[in-house]
Amino acid sequence: MFKRISALLLAGAVTMTMAGCGGDGGSGGSADDGKITMGFSQVGAESGWRTANTKSVQGAAAAAGVTLKFSDAQQKQENQIKAIRSYIQQKVDVIAFSPVVESGWDTVLKEAKNASIPVILTDRAVDSADTSLYKTFLGSDFVEEGRKAGTWLTEEFKDSKDPVNIVELQGTTGSAPANDRKAGFAEVIGADPKFKVIASQTGDFTRAKGKEVMEAFLKANPDIDVLYAHNDDMGLGAIEAIEGAGKVPGKDIKIITIDAVKDGMQALADGKISYIVECSPLLGPQLMDLAAKAVKGESIPARVVTEETTFTQEQAKEALPSRQY
Amino acid sequence: MNAVLRHRLLWPAVVLAALLLTNLLFTGTFFAVQMRDGHLYGSLIDIVRFGAPLILVALGMTLVIATGGIDLSVGSVVSISGALACLRISGMDDQNTVSGVVAAAGLGLVLSLALGVWNGLLVAGVGIQPIIATLILMVAGRGLAQLITDGQIITVNSGPYKLIGGGYWLTLPFGIIIVLAVLALTAVLTRRLALGLLIESVGGNAEASRLAGIRSRGVIIAVYTFAALCAGVAGLMISSNVSSADGNNAGLWIELDAILAVVIGGTSLAGGRFSLGGTVLGALIIQTLTTTIYSIGVPPETTLLFKALVVTVVCLLQSPAFREKAFHRRRRPVTAPPAAEEKVRVPA
Repeated sequence: MFKRISALLLAGAVTMTMAGCGGDGGSGGSADDGKITMGFSQVGAESGWRTANTKSVQGAAAAAGVTLKFSDAQQKQENQIKAIRSYIQQKVDVIAFSPVVESGWDTVLKEAKNASIPVILTDRAVDSADTSLYKTFLGSDFVEEGRKAGTWLTEEFKDSKDPVNIVELQGTTGSAPANDRKAGFAEVIGADPKFKVIASQTGDFTRAKGKEVMEAFLKANPDIDVLYAHNDDMGLGAIEAIEGAGKVPGKDIKIITIDAVKDGMQALADGKISYIVECSPLLGPQLMDLAAKAVKGESIPARVVTEETTFTQEQAKEALPSRQY
Repeated sequence: MNAVLRHRLLWPAVVLAALLLTNLLFTGTFFAVQMRDGHLYGSLIDIVRFGAPLILVALGMTLVIATGGIDLSVGSVVSISGALACLRISGMDDQNTVSGVVAAAGLGLVLSLALGVWNGLLVAGVGIQPIIATLILMVAGRGLAQLITDGQIITVNSGPYKLIGGGYWLTLPFGIIIVLAVLALTAVLTRRLALGLLIESVGGNAEASRLAGIRSRGVIIAVYTFAALCAGVAGLMISSNVSSADGNNAGLWIELDAILAVVIGGTSLAGGRFSLGGTVLGALIIQTLTTTIYSIGVPPETTLLFKALVVTVVCLLQSPAFREKAFHRRRRPVTAPPAAEEKVRVPA
């Protein structure tokens, strides 16, 4: 809270200083060599997923001939605000960033708008009421991911007359992916009363918690048909618990997870996981595409969903060798 | 009979029993322990198995608290030792060699020891308040762990390493055997030798102890080192249990659970007096509580509240002043003691 207040104060102070200097005349500077310069502020490097995200953006920029100014915010909003301000001063053509938190962006986004620099949000959204502050939001649709998981399940069990007992390992309580993946899944399976979520508990997106919770599930509910885990890691932890209980993961208990990181894909190819819904970090090419359009002033949709797929066990075997993360 | 009723650990034991019985109401087979694949299998085994790292960390914490200190850095040490061991193993050509795994685990423990000495020197040598001195490593240590893992989750595939936290020996989970060994060692060192007395004396009054000829400094450095070593072993267990090291999340907030376990076990935060048995009981209560939440299906949104309610009940029952007020007035109606048990079950 204190950080946020101080960031806002800082933001206010800097805005005033800039106003005092007479502003930048509002001309909106883009170098006329036809090459796009992009300022990109990344959240940090907290996971393999995020590292792959960074590499994708850097690779796509090089391929598209975009000059990329990259900065790592190390999970701090003030670093990100600083980075965006410096991009505005350097008069880049377009700014893209993955917001660390949802709120507190209005001031700095207004500065970018006043400088006529289009802003693209990647992967995470902001809660600004004024949506004209950014051009578009490029990222995964977590509700859709939940729906995809549910759809596969209803297909897989469509011939079964018996009730299907499902246990769910949720992500960190209150986080957007956890809420949305739960809601999307529930929406699809809710259509058929034979699907029953008999236990649902948070595993904090970690392997250790996934395993611990699954152990308890297995003892409290002898009859589990399906496990739905909100990410691969919890699923991987749960696999160990299921094996410890003398059951065969992927066979006695079908496992659906979301993300498709390398370890998860390996387990899928080994037949331990039944189905993975991809949550792709490889949004670099799409981002460059949108950036080019935004710079030219073409209209782009306010919400762009990352191109994502799903993997069955056979598809995983094919995709695994070329998996980047 | 009177001796039992007055025993310091009566109320924690009652709460533990009540929690276990609550589980039995929801899951009829909760107490069943079977042999499966040549080892014991069941909910009770799970509780001690997943509780093993917490018991270890709490044992170390007990001695630190007995000297009037506190160690907030144990959670970070947990993640550092697991991260270093897994990094070392993941770099080996053959991950299944016992000698390589022992060396990797040893490396993690040596670093833990060094971190413990660092804490001890800050507290006893430089004289920084324990809560601040260990806060340094609590914050910096997570960063160090992430530096070691490069921000990634390191997955290892090593049979011998798996044994430490996820394997079985003589039908028992190996982690429990480690805990029993450490517990026995600690009990002998502190209760058969004078060390326990020295620790209590330093906790009572460090300056007076020094004047009486006790090397307070040495004792303090020793307990912080011991706490870090326990945390290091716990870190190996936690990472071994899931065959991977997660610098961000391994042992997150375990220091708070450990402090809680120590307090539930009747060791005073002011220092000077400690109970190893109480700490083990406290850690078991916390782990049983966690398992109960999963088993009886408390919704994730309310688990923290549920935990808080049970912990509040334990703390109130532990307080002589509260017991005096609550029970003595109502002693005459015979129903008073069951009423106390009822309270534990209400939130369920």
